[in-house]
Amino acid sequence: MTKTPVLSVRDLIVEIPTRRGVLRPVDRVSYDIHSGQILGVVGESGAGKSMTGNAVIGLLDRPARITSGEILLSGEPIHQLQGEPLRRLRGKRMGMIFQDPLTSLNPLLTVGEQLTETIQEHLGLSNADARNRAIAALEEVGIPAARQRIDSYPHEFSGGMRQRVVIALALCAEPELIIADEPTTALDVSVQAQIIALLKRLCRERGVAVMLVTHDMGVIAEAADRVAVMYAGRLAELGAVRDVVMSPSHPYTAGLMASTPLASIGQKRLRQIPGSMPRLGALPDGCAFHPRCERATDQCKTGGSPTIASGGGRAACIHPLPAAKSEVTQ
Amino acid sequence: MLAYMIRRVFQSVIVLLVVGLVAFSMFRFVGDPVDNMLGQERTQADIERLREQLGLDENFVVQYWRFLEQAVQGNFGLSYRQGRPVADILVERLPATLELALVSGLIALIGGIALGIFTAIRKRGIAANLIMTGSLIGVSLPTFLIGIVLIYVFSVELGWLPSFGRGEVTDLGWWTTGFLTVSGLKALILPAITLGLYQMTLIMRLVRTEMLEVLRMDYIRFARARGIRQRSIHFRHALKNTLVPVITITGLQLGSIIAFAIITETVFQWPGVGLLFINAVQFVDIPVMAAYLMMISVMFVGINLIVDMLYFAIDPRLRVDRKGGH
Ligand SMILES: Nc1ncnc2c1ncn2[C@@H]1O[C@H](COP(=O)(O)OP(=O)(O)OP(=O)(O)O)[C@@H](O)[C@H]1O
Ligand SMILES: [Mg+2]
Repeated sequence: MTKTPVLSVRDLIVEIPTRRGVLRPVDRVSYDIHSGQILGVVGESGAGKSMTGNAVIGLLDRPARITSGEILLSGEPIHQLQGEPLRRLRGKRMGMIFQDPLTSLNPLLTVGEQLTETIQEHLGLSNADARNRAIAALEEVGIPAARQRIDSYPHEFSGGMRQRVVIALALCAEPELIIADEPTTALDVSVQAQIIALLKRLCRERGVAVMLVTHDMGVIAEAADRVAVMYAGRLAELGAVRDVVMSPSHPYTAGLMASTPLASIGQKRLRQIPGSMPRLGALPDGCAFHPRCERATDQCKTGGSPTIASGGGRAACIHPLPAAKSEVTQ
Repeated sequence: MLAYMIRRVFQSVIVLLVVGLVAFSMFRFVGDPVDNMLGQERTQADIERLREQLGLDENFVVQYWRFLEQAVQGNFGLSYRQGRPVADILVERLPATLELALVSGLIALIGGIALGIFTAIRKRGIAANLIMTGSLIGVSLPTFLIGIVLIYVFSVELGWLPSFGRGEVTDLGWWTTGFLTVSGLKALILPAITLGLYQMTLIMRLVRTEMLEVLRMDYIRFARARGIRQRSIHFRHALKNTLVPVITITGLQLGSIIAFAIITETVFQWPGVGLLFINAVQFVDIPVMAAYLMMISVMFVGINLIVDMLYFAIDPRLRVDRKGGH
């Protein structure tokens, strides 16, 4: 594509120094997200999904820090920003949505106070204008009777409504990029689909780029355009949703699909990947997945870990599944 | 909310009744009041007459009830030592204690909250660490020692401030105040610091802990992710949430300031109710002791009630009279 992506992550490495050595929760991760596109990020717990999102928005908790790589927001490098310049970007050009809407909102401030504060911070509007804009933002995310509800406190909303408020807050200054870290995990199943549909609609209408972290392959299949599969801090596979879901290239992705109840794939029974993801402090040499991989050869066990670039295509794998065969592996 | 407040008031009344019982028991069981009131040359007839006069021959419950009736009207009888109504003596002494408690309460509250916030948001700074270490010393030193050290430095060595008494006071008829004269204000400084220091370090540590806790919450992280300024995050988003638990403790501390005033008043010979109580103990002046006990407990209970109401004012989640929407 010739258009500059809204978010471009290049060979990002995040490290945590500990007494037992340096851990790499994010290791040489690269991906792009274009305007109006949703990139789904999946992977087991501890794979480094949140860490990647936090690195992008500059909210890594000490002692984790970016040690190498680049993060470009519409072409501008932002990975070295700190303090005031970084703060001005947050909310204004990139927003974040957290998992739990119950704890994401300040219980002692009304929804309107939290919205107008954010709007005034970034757009410098008068009180009256900011309030009108806040009401519009609430209406846009589907809060009924926004004009009356704006002066309510967060506890007066249900979980799903609160997540809508959170989305309104993240979007009220019209950022180009939204990082949504498991935005539906804490919600009722019936509400989950509504929130995903809302995100999808806002993404399309406003041309926002969305990084959608989730455990739910159903959500990925439903909402994402592209999907990134993470394993032990590394990108295992990156590609269009259709390709990755229908014919996974990395054996880990294939295993992940086989262990996910997804009606659309039409598989007969669930299969578990044997073993578990290694701890960051005890990663094996070579490909981090090889101890659990049926296709592993000696080549996978030695040398550097493959990356998507070195794996030559979609998957960071020396022996990727052939595109045609992957459908018969089940 | 109304039901809750009614329940709290009810509880408060029970507490006061129990304290009243203790105070009443002091009359009954600590020494014989008749003994105390009659001199050496008493006859059996005198004793009988007085017993009847005081109602001591009636049963316990009736006597307790009568005691409460009197207490509610502010009548605690005559001081054994001064022979004057206890209520008069208390009213005379109260302004001194209340002014001292007010000033040291303000010192504790303002200083404690300010230092607590500072040490929380600069938790890695040198100044913050020094303050934290200093506060440990502040908590562990006994009040009287701090008072004596202050007297030694500022009165004896430097000669800047008086070491005892209340200075010149202005009589407003119903209240005597030291706020209006220079010597009155100067006399306040050392005792107020002595009395407030301990509470200040307590409040500071509490505010710091709460603030650090709050700063780890998701909504603070979310506020950061929205690009809200540090200042607003600290003082608008975090401080308010910090204050909810701080208020309870602080409220109770204000009560204990009045109680702790006993020590400070003794060290500085401050003519308040605390000193009055200490003198009363020395002379086994039971009416004064009982009245002091009742007064302190009324204050404690009253402060507690006010604290509960403040809770409602600060935390919208407790105001259930509003309709929660779903
Ligand atoms: N302070 C720390 N010290 C050591 N390891 C840490 C620290 N913080 C995070 N990690 C590790 O970093 C890794 C990445 O964590 P991250 O939160 O990004 O996982 P995730 O993919 O978001 O998982 P989940 O699905 O559970 O949210 C985890 O293995 C975690 O144990
Ligand atoms: Mg996570």
